[in-house]
Amino acid sequence: MSIQVSTTINGDRVDFICEADESLLDALRNRVGLTGAKEGCGTGDCGACSVSLDGRIVCSCLVLGAEAEGRGIDTIEGMSDGAILHPLQRKFLEHGALQCGICTPGFLMAAQAVLKKNPNPSEEEIRFGLAGNLCRCTGYDKIVRAVQDAALEMRGA
Amino acid sequence: MPLDTAFTGQKFASVGTRPIRPDGIDKVTGRARYGADTTAPGQLVGLILRSPHAHARIKKIDISKAEKLPGVKAVLTSADLPDLTEGDKSMFDVLENCMARTTVFYEGHAVAAVAAIDAKTAKQALKLIKVDYEILPHVTDVDEAMSPKAPVLHPKMFTIGMEPRPKKASNIAKRTEYGHGDVEAGFAEADHIIKESFKTEQTHQGYIEPHACLATIGPDGQGELWVCTQGHFVYRNTCAQLLGMDVAKLKVTASEIGGGFGGKTHVWAEPVALALSRKANRPVKIVMSREEVFRASGPTSSTSIDVKIGVKNDGTITAAQAELRYQGGPYLGMWAELGAMTSFACYDLKNVKSVGYEVLVNRPKVAAYRAPSAPMAAFAVESVIDDLARKIGMDPIAFRIKNAAKQGTKSSYGPVYGPIGIGPTLEAAQNHPHMKAPLGKNQGRGMACGFWFNFGGQTCTDINIGIDGTVSLTVGTIDVGGSRAALSLVAAEELGVPYSQIKCNIADTGSLGHNDMTDGSRGTFSSSMATVFAARNAIKVLRDRAAQMMEIPVDDVVWEDGHAKAKGDSHGNLAPLSLKDIAAAAGNTGGPIAGHNEIVADGAGVSFATHICDVEVDPETGSTKVLRYTVIQDAGKAVHPTYVEGQYQGGAAQGIGWALNEEYIYGKDGRLQNAGFLDYRMPVCSDLPFIDTVILEIPNPNHPYGVRGVGETSIVPPLGAIGNAVSNAIGIRMNHAPMSPPRILKAIEGAKKH
Repeated sequence: MSIQVSTTINGDRVDFICEADESLLDALRNRVGLTGAKEGCGTGDCGACSVSLDGRIVCSCLVLGAEAEGRGIDTIEGMSDGAILHPLQRKFLEHGALQCGICTPGFLMAAQAVLKKNPNPSEEEIRFGLAGNLCRCTGYDKIVRAVQDAALEMRGA
Repeated sequence: MPLDTAFTGQKFASVGTRPIRPDGIDKVTGRARYGADTTAPGQLVGLILRSPHAHARIKKIDISKAEKLPGVKAVLTSADLPDLTEGDKSMFDVLENCMARTTVFYEGHAVAAVAAIDAKTAKQALKLIKVDYEILPHVTDVDEAMSPKAPVLHPKMFTIGMEPRPKKASNIAKRTEYGHGDVEAGFAEADHIIKESFKTEQTHQGYIEPHACLATIGPDGQGELWVCTQGHFVYRNTCAQLLGMDVAKLKVTASEIGGGFGGKTHVWAEPVALALSRKANRPVKIVMSREEVFRASGPTSSTSIDVKIGVKNDGTITAAQAELRYQGGPYLGMWAELGAMTSFACYDLKNVKSVGYEVLVNRPKVAAYRAPSAPMAAFAVESVIDDLARKIGMDPIAFRIKNAAKQGTKSSYGPVYGPIGIGPTLEAAQNHPHMKAPLGKNQGRGMACGFWFNFGGQTCTDINIGIDGTVSLTVGTIDVGGSRAALSLVAAEELGVPYSQIKCNIADTGSLGHNDMTDGSRGTFSSSMATVFAARNAIKVLRDRAAQMMEIPVDDVVWEDGHAKAKGDSHGNLAPLSLKDIAAAAGNTGGPIAGHNEIVADGAGVSFATHICDVEVDPETGSTKVLRYTVIQDAGKAVHPTYVEGQYQGGAAQGIGWALNEEYIYGKDGRLQNAGFLDYRMPVCSDLPFIDTVILEIPNPNHPYGVRGVGETSIVPPLGAIGNAVSNAIGIRMNHAPMSPPRILKAIEGAKKH
């Protein structure tokens, strides 16, 4: 059964049609054309599909497309302010916090959520805040440092 | 003219700096396109039917119902993939692994595939395929598979490398031996001998991006493949051979790659996607699920290893011996052989012998995993080295320094070493503040060494100068972790222009000559060598053009700081010409300006590392926390130090996961019980501390800039380092990895009883 869904994605009104059992991740990737969220596992274990749903970070592989009806979704594609990168995006680049980059959209979305809740997190709070996202390349070292540095800059701004 | 690959000791302007990578913006904005991120008009969804049995004969496959389902455009079995391998056994193994023929050898082995208009239809079609199996006895454990009572996977498998060659078939596919001297004489000289046995469980590379490809073949025999791979040229050659295509008519484009670590050096679903496309005459996209990645791509070997080392009271090792049994899944690999070659490579040994046995079991076909086979051998050897040091009352670092290989040492696997970094990494460890930091209750410190060969191989690179003087650098090695940035730095260095003036692209297979894959830590090593020579060739052309523009002999033109300059007193008043000036005039001086290089990049310098780690073991739960971790490794020359550090940290983290948690768990039914990230638990952010790195630079004499590969060695020491730290914390030698909480708890409780 196909369902028509009306949402706001990255501030824009977006309508799409999806199957009743189709995940929000598949709808975003295959119906809306936003492929920044990745499927690493399909079971909510890796966080590569992280998006913000009404301000709450979720694994979009565990949300149905139909559940997005009337709600606001923020994805990695909407993170920068036009050509101006979000401080997290910039700090990830400066610190070399990505190698292959497949987990990066999910980490940036999760890190943004962490800093929204707590602008001045400890190292441990960052590590636990990002524990729902898997990275296999970096050992997380440079990711944590990039988030710390971005937090510092954002607090100063 | 032979190219001079010798290290010159030049000073660097660009190399060694840390600019932003050229693919960075795409990767932080979601724009970068990975294997699953593209589509083609009219594309179909491909899905693969996999065996639920560990070992079974395929009696019959009935695809008639699936073919009749509306929306199904092709159903495939091995009948659609005839054997074109012409006696090439290893290529036949690849074919059979992609699609089982008469027998399934592991749970997850592909038996059929469908292409349909959407995923829902494809899933329905899979359910309509009826496979009639005759279930056969199976074996998944490496030691059990070697037993004479074990079910034999291949009835014609008579061990290679045994004299005389056995007449009875077995699962021991091959025996290899490395070493020199007389180990028995060496053990006779020893004051102490320690012999221990070890096991390591099977682990997966765990790249976050599942395998994905989009394949198209038309009736004219031409095809295209978009795929996440570590080696698109190699994928092209393999797929073309398996499908009977002309190599030049299959264009393979490498997507951005979401991690590989060796697992994307082998083809899995790609030939199937191409064959489905050929049958349906439509583009076919196959994206593996995570479960399929675990069950049906290529994890690393599980192993069983015996190590025996003899030592004199003064700390001199008199003899070292190892027997290494590695399972390769159902097919012959060189996994035990690599273990045998690497096992004692860190040490200067008079008498050494390593014997490897390649063992076949009913598990997925093993693939390379970062310094393949070396971590397990190092786990065993470094554990025994620590125990010997304790036995003779010597500091473990001092003991290793005393016996470390050095320039001129005949390595345990044959070659004589040039300048190497094992001694310097050990000395750096000895002097590192980490070694002096205090430890608390239930805490232990361990250290271990590691070695990897590093590969070179076939490589080619193009440099094309744009009309505005900007530089296109075109390479054929996949960028797995920042190599485009590193190679751009090398081009900038050689041409004498800013990094920002270079754009590095990865060519598709139609745009550049063959390149071997990004494996063996060869990406930056070999492509940087080819880039240096391509740039030097471009400079030759640039000097020639500048000479025309200046109307002076080319021998009077030198290339300095990105400019052609007239040398000598007679041309003193001629202004230097920039790359931009020369490029702008190219149309009148001979046409486009380019430099090319094709090379077999020999001389990849070997790589060594020493790791130190502190752990705390909870005696109640057996759970281990890594408190502090330090990686010291020789990079030869760190081209982009940030990404060199990243390699050190990433390898260490993978090794930590392997040491403490990760393992394939098989049931008695031969089925994998933890094919998902929830139950196959890789380290998450809160599991790890910051991973400190120390980059040593002992130049590789065979590379113009001294570069060595840096990607793999960092995964070699962690099992041993953590094993030693845990053993120091609990006072019991742990000889089975991963050292998961149940194993540690069992060891602690076992020790209480004695």
